[in-house]
Order: sequence, then C-alpha cells, then structure tokens
Amino acid sequence: AMDTDLSSQDRKDLDKFIKFFALKTVQVIVQARLGEKICTRSSSSPTGSDWFNLAIKDIPEVTHEAKKALAGQLPAVGRSMCVEISLKTSEGDSMELEIWCLEMNEKCDKEIKVSYTVYNRLSLLLKSLLAITRVTPAYRLSRKQGHEYVILYRIYFGEVQLSGLGEGFQTVRVGTVGTPVGTITLSCAYRINLAFMSTRQFERTPPIMGIIIDHFVDRPYPSSSPMHPCNYRAGEDNGAVYPSVEDSQEVCTTSFSTSPPSQCVFTVTKAHFQTPPPVVTDTLKVPVMGLAFSHQLSSSRLSYQPAALGVGSADMGYPVLFAGGLNAAHPHQLIGPGKEGGVPPIPSQPAHGTQADQERMCTPLDGVHYSAATPSSSEDTETVSNSSEGKSGSPHDLLETIFIRKVGAFVNKPINQVTMANLDIPFAMFAPKNVELEDNDPMVNPPDSPETESPLQGSLHSEGSSGSSTGNTHDDFVMIDFKPAFSKDDILPMDLGTFYREFQNPPQLSSLSIDIGAQSMAEDLDSLPEKLAVHEKNVKEFDAFVETLQ
Amino acid sequence: LSFPLRICRCAPPRATPAMNCRAEVLEVSVEGRQVEEAMLAVLHTVLLHRSTGKFHYKKEGTYSIGTVGTQDVDCDFIDFAYVRVSSEELDRALRKAVGEFKDALRNSGSDGMGQISLEFYQKKKSRWPFSDECIPWELWTIKVNVVNLANEQERQICREKVGEKLCEKIINIVEVMNRHEYLPKMPTQSEVDNVFDTSLKDVQPYLYKISYQITDSLGTSVTTTMRRLIKDTLAL
Repeated sequence: AMDTDLSSQDRKDLDKFIKFFALKTVQVIVQARLGEKICTRSSSSPTGSDWFNLAIKDIPEVTHEAKKALAGQLPAVGRSMCVEISLKTSEGDSMELEIWCLEMNEKCDKEIKVSYTVYNRLSLLLKSLLAITRVTPAYRLSRKQGHEYVILYRIYFGEVQLSGLGEGFQTVRVGTVGTPVGTITLSCAYRINLAFMSTRQFERTPPIMGIIIDHFVDRPYPSSSPMHPCNYRAGEDNGAVYPSVEDSQEVCTTSFSTSPPSQCVFTVTKAHFQTPPPVVTDTLKVPVMGLAFSHQLSSSRLSYQPAALGVGSADMGYPVLFAGGLNAAHPHQLIGPGKEGGVPPIPSQPAHGTQADQERMCTPLDGVHYSAATPSSSEDTETVSNSSEGKSGSPHDLLETIFIRKVGAFVNKPINQVTMANLDIPFAMFAPKNVELEDNDPMVNPPDSPETESPLQGSLHSEGSSGSSTGNTHDDFVMIDFKPAFSKDDILPMDLGTFYREFQNPPQLSSLSIDIGAQSMAEDLDSLPEKLAVHEKNVKEFDAFVETLQ
Repeated sequence: LSFPLRICRCAPPRATPAMNCRAEVLEVSVEGRQVEEAMLAVLHTVLLHRSTGKFHYKKEGTYSIGTVGTQDVDCDFIDFAYVRVSSEELDRALRKAVGEFKDALRNSGSDGMGQISLEFYQKKKSRWPFSDECIPWELWTIKVNVVNLANEQERQICREKVGEKLCEKIINIVEVMNRHEYLPKMPTQSEVDNVFDTSLKDVQPYLYKISYQITDSLGTSVTTTMRRLIKDTLAL
C-alpha cells in the first residue's frame, strides 16, 4: 500500500485498544488471585460497555492502580506493564510468586486491520489469559489464602524485574498480537521454588495486621478499645465497600474444594493472627484480624510495614483478597452477611444487590451490568502519550532477595527426614513434599505403634511387636530443651515438660498388637457357634424389637 | 506408582481432515471417575477460544457482537480448575457428549482406551440433489487412557498428577490458539449459519461436532458418531 502509515483514526483506535487491553489484563490477573471463583454473565445483546466482547468486571481500585502505574503511557519497547503477584504470611514474610508482563516489541504488522483483526485477537488473548491464570501454581495458593497468608499484587511500568522469583523460575507465554506499531506479548514468569525461603536476614516485618488506612468513616461498634473489625463506608470517588473482618473470615473458608489430606500436615498456628499490641500513629490503624485484608480505597494511602521486601518506589503491594466478600456480580459491593458487621448497601447499587450478596456464585442479572469503565466514557478525553521519553517507574532499588535454607532448631536429623511442619521456618507449608516425608507422614500412613521411650510403657507394650511402623515422625525429633510455658507446678513432682514428653508417645493398645490381637481373634472365632446358638434362641425377641423400630 | 505409556492403537477418526484442517492431539491418563471432568476441562477451554458473542446484523452489512461471560469450574476428582463460557446450553451439550463417551468407555469392556474428538467445520451449500458439505477446519482429539488404581494413596497422587497434566494441556491449547492460523472469514448475515452455531441464546460457537471412538482390546476401533443435537436433527 502506498500509505503505510496508520491513518489517524486507526492510530487512535489502536492506542485505545491497547490501553483498555492493558487495563483488562490487570483486572483478569488480579481477579484470578482473589481466592474466589469468578463468574460473569453472557449477554446476547451488545451493550457497548464490554471491551473485547468479554464480560470482565472492573474493580475500581485495580483500575485506579493500573492507571496510576501507566501514568498515561502505553506499553512500548522497553516499557512493559508488569503485575507482580506475591504472598505474605501472617508473620510478615513475603515472597514474589509471579510476574505477568505485557510487553511490546518492535516487530510490526503493517497489513493487519486494526479495527477488526487486532481487536478480535486481543479478545482471544484475554480468553487465553483467563485460562492461563488458573493453571499456574499461584492460583491454587490464592484459592487457599486467608488463614496463614494472603496474596498481594503490585503493578509497575517499565523494566521487567524477575530477580525476586528465585532460581529456576518458569515462563509461560499467554500469547501475542501483531499490530502496525509493534507486537504485543503477554507472558508470565512464575516461581517454582517455594521451599528455600528465609527472611531472617531482613528486618523482621510486623504482622500483616498493620494496615494503615487514612479514611475510616464509620465505627459501627462502640467499644473501649480503639481497634475493632474494619467496616468501611465508601470513599468519595468509588462505591467500594468492605465487609467486617469476622464475617469475611467465615465466608472465606467455605468456597474451597477438597485439598489432599497429606498437604494438611502443616500447622502454622493461628495464634500468629492474634492482634498485636496496637501501635498508634497519627493515621488510624486498623487491625485486620485474620482475613479481611480489605482492598485499599483508592483515595487512601496504604502502607505496609515495611515496604522492605522488593519495593523501591512508593508502590506497595495491595491485598488481593477481597475479604472473601467480592461478589462477582457487584464489584462495588462486597458481601456482608448478617446484620452485625453487615455492610450498608450503597444507594447507587442495583436493586437486586442485596439478595445477590449472599450468593458466592454469579447470579444472572437481567439487563444489569456492572458499572465498568465504558469505552465511551470520559476515557476518550484522556491523552494517551506514547512518547519515548519519560522516566521509567521501575523500582531500581529492588532488593535482591537471597534465600537460604534454614533448618529449625532442635533437629538432630538430616534435613530431609524432618517434618517441615515442625520447623520454624517461614513458608514451611510450601516446602516440597519429600517422598520419605510422605512415608513418614502420619496423615498418609498412620503409624501402628510408635517406638517410645516412655518409662511407663514397659509392661503394656508387648515385646517384639512387629506392628510398629518404621517411620514415626516423633522419633525424628529429640527435644533438647523443652520449656513449656507456665510449666512449673509445685503440687506435682514432675513438671509439664516431663509430663508431656512421657505421655506424648503412649504405648499402643494391647488389643491392637498383632500377637494379642491374633489370640483374641482365635478366641472369638471359637466362641462364635455358641453365640450364634444363643442368638437363634432369642430370635423372636429380636424380631419384636425390630418391629418397634419400624 | 507409574502411569504406563501406552501406544494408541485406534484408527484415525472417520472425518478425514481437509487440506486446511489443522489437527491437534492431546493425551491423558486418568482414573475412571476423572474422565468426565478432564474431558470437560479440555473441551470447554477450546470452546472458550472458539466462541464469540451473538452477532446482531444491522443495515449495510455491519454487525455488533454480544458479550461472552466466563466462570470458574472446580473439579471434584482432580486438583484442577478451569474457565468455561457462561452458557448453560453449551455446558449441557458438552456434558451430554462427555457422558456418553464415559459410558461407552465403561461398557466397552476394553482396557479403557478411547478418544473423543471436537471438530470445527464450515458448511458449504450444495445444489440439489447433493447435501451440504461439512468442511472441517480444526480438529481436536483427546486420547484417553483409563487407569485403575489400587488404593487411596494412589488415588490421591492421581488427583494431583492429573491436575498437573491438565495444566500442561491448557498451556498447549493456548499455544495453538495463539498461532492465529486459519479461521473462517466473518460471514455475512446469509452465511452466518454456515460458519457459526447460532442456535444458542447467549453465545455463538463456531460450528462444531463431537464424536468418539472406543478401542477394544483387540485393537480394532468401534466408531460412534454423535451428531450435534439441535441444528442437525431439527434440520431433517
């Protein structure tokens, strides 16, 4: 073609497509890490508000953060939009799980039709993104979040930083779309190395509860303590509402499908979630007891303490868990079951919002659509600059996270025989399952008879019991110095620690040991004919009894 | 525990692909109770990419496209979740096909091998007395090998392993979709039924048909073709 340059209309369209594609990409990724099943409704009549012909909600705060990161620019060569997904435990340890990258390279496809082919391919790419976000490891982690950890996201624009993902991270490509100005590529780099974590060398971060929120409008519970469950009213410029903490705690635990029992060995105690002594600052600090790491209002300043791990710029990680309350059908209203701590509905909500609240799954709403950013909205008036200058917003002083394997105290066995659950290392729950561990895992192979050293077991424990299992997890631990709290007792001669050690491994029941068991079975068999005869004699009584039950 | 690698002995599907038809083959080894969910996961993922919103033709040959919703599906017997198009009709149609496939697998008395195929085709109208031609342009074949497990521990491992395998399959499917190879041209209003299945009320997949074959233990194939319910039977 003579005119190889893009017509101005095409150029405008293309820029708009790329911008909204970037925003939708962020929405899909973040929503896929909320820990909930997403459900949106198909609609045969086009409304003109669904970009790329896909029903993807727009969570306002997420859009806000994305726009903030983009700062009016578009992905270009060397300027990529990245969504970083990380995990943060109740103890404050955090690690990056994934980096989703939306990049642009120089390979141009001048022949392609912008308004048609590019648009449809971008739609296809979003569908691929929907599919791929469910198959990386972080998806399953995010579905289980809430009790011991939460999933956070951070958006940045500029150079891609993959160093926080640990060694040997994998990459999956979601897809590419050629355009006349370059080729858009979407990919994900994800950590596979979950075990080697230690943040001891870093400043110990205070627990997750330390979320500082500037805007706290209403306190529904008058209480002597200044701290109580969060219950926000909407900020000025959006309709987001958040459920109270306890409610979301209940809601969070229900929506999960069965996880294999052998992964439930880990017992990071919930004690860590008890509210720490409140630190009063000049901004109001609200403890989030357990789960409701409510997403920050776009107008308030969310600062995690500390921003140490991996955040150079002012960008912070934002909790993705919408306190289990995000009803996919109503991005502006989160579920608040019950009156206590219930959430006052926003007046601008659709009428059937309240009923839909209680349902976790998407409910069809006739003709109602989420108030997403519409293509025909004021977005058009925003200037989209694609200039090559402009400071990159990447956090150059991102801390290099070096992770060392840390073995907990009191272990005198080789590392691979230790049950991870009992180690006081961060992210113990993500330690790879060692096959040996599985054999030793009491949940998979319950030990028949523990080999105990208890002085009490001598007479009860039958000699040469062949039923003892080879791997008893208790044996792998020799407590050097077990000092249980409050253990001194003047009344009893022995202290709690000794008591605990002695009775920790009780001898097996005699009836369970094989020899004795076999013996009694032989006896049982012998006595069977007698017993049968007795029962036959009493048959009439039994029948009468059964009649009374009918 | 090992999943034996089996060579598939079944014959190729009856519909011989046309020149432009690309064929993709996926293989999975699953336990009997996982067959349905695994098949649905793959078929739904393909159809997610091969469905659009409903077309609404306007004057002058332009058209607008409806909106496709999506939803997450958790598997009960596999540690896996996938996204499907929000269309109950489509889901029902797939479940019916997969259910028949599963029953056929179970009843065949074979050693649990079979394959299910999802074919996308275009219709080419022919003049009387010739019937319309169906020209396939994309063919997905999922080869299934059903394993029997001895105890709960093996089943547990199978849940996870099959989940991981399905993750790989999804990535494979997305790779194929991303190649942006041949897709039928967007049709005019008069041609739309030759390219798309317009019978559903909320979404519009490309015309497709699902068929399956079971391999019996002798290695010969028993072909069963199941035609697409609504359009074809009503057209008779």
